[in-house]
Amino acid sequence: MIMNSTVTSILIIAVTALVTFITRALPFVLFSNKRRLPKKLLYLGTYLPLAVMAVLVVYCFKDSLFTGTSILLAQGLAVAAVVILHVIKRNNLLSIGAGTIIYMILIRIL
Amino acid sequence: MKKTLSVALKATLPVFFGYLVLGIAFGLLLSQAGYNALWAFFISVFVYAGSMQFVLVELLRSAASLLTTAITTLSVNSRHIFYGLSFLDKFKNMGKRKFYMIFSLTDETYSLLSSVKAPKDVSEKDLFFVIALLNHLYWIFGSVVGNIAGNIIPFSTEGVEFSMTALFVVILVEQLLAKPNILPVIFGFASSILCLLLFGANHFIVPAMLLVIVLLFAFKTQITPVTDCEGKNDHE
Repeated sequence: MIMNSTVTSILIIAVTALVTFITRALPFVLFSNKRRLPKKLLYLGTYLPLAVMAVLVVYCFKDSLFTGTSILLAQGLAVAAVVILHVIKRNNLLSIGAGTIIYMILIRIL
Repeated sequence: MKKTLSVALKATLPVFFGYLVLGIAFGLLLSQAGYNALWAFFISVFVYAGSMQFVLVELLRSAASLLTTAITTLSVNSRHIFYGLSFLDKFKNMGKRKFYMIFSLTDETYSLLSSVKAPKDVSEKDLFFVIALLNHLYWIFGSVVGNIAGNIIPFSTEGVEFSMTALFVVILVEQLLAKPNILPVIFGFASSILCLLLFGANHFIVPAMLLVIVLLFAFKTQITPVTDCEGKNDHE
């Protein structure tokens, strides 16, 4: 658990904060005066988030997907549990909490 | 102002619980990486991005380059670019508070602002501001508490980082249930797995995002439902 140098850490955090703010501010900067949003942008706005969430889920598997370890198994099972639980109960906290607990147990017993 | 506060508190109650749990998970994760509560505090104050903060811990752990950090943040938060579109008008006359409203536009704040209705004797702009501020405070509080807990509790919290995976899966399921369009999801999975294979774990996000956008436009007719009428439909 070695911490990187303070300067490195601060720089990484600063860049993250800045880019995060930029993504949120972009529409206000680009479109504050115009009335019509380009159709292509509206189209992306509707369907890109869906695709991005899938990319982010894969991101969570980026280190384990092509290894055959028990971590991948634990992840897969826990994700399945989250999906089933959420489709049935539609409760964010329950799905995230229970899924995390299931995963924490699985990595200790598998 | 008291009425505004009580309306805001009621509206943000679910976010309170959500951010508390998620914030604690983040704080724990951060402490595992060797950072103390002061770091948790400042990160949650200045970054204030739920899912991105989890990814941030990973970036810190691996001492990622600033370029990787920037591009990963851009990708993970790209959906936030579209949030502002819904509030271009509503934030317009909020004066000095506009900056903070834009800064604090997270998934949960966006959802709340989109669905909340101000009662007659409460100013909508005041309500928006208090909601955004409360959510931010909950998040900061959860992060600090989680981080301190992570430094105190004796047992291993290994595996708590799965809460990020669970969060993304839940958001995906929710979006699919609201808008059952499987093609974008398939494109997302296919692009990222392919790019993961080609470019490796630390460099696949940018090509994956580009490929996804290309695919979305290439298959626009297959993705857009026939009923999304632009006044050009011939049938009823």
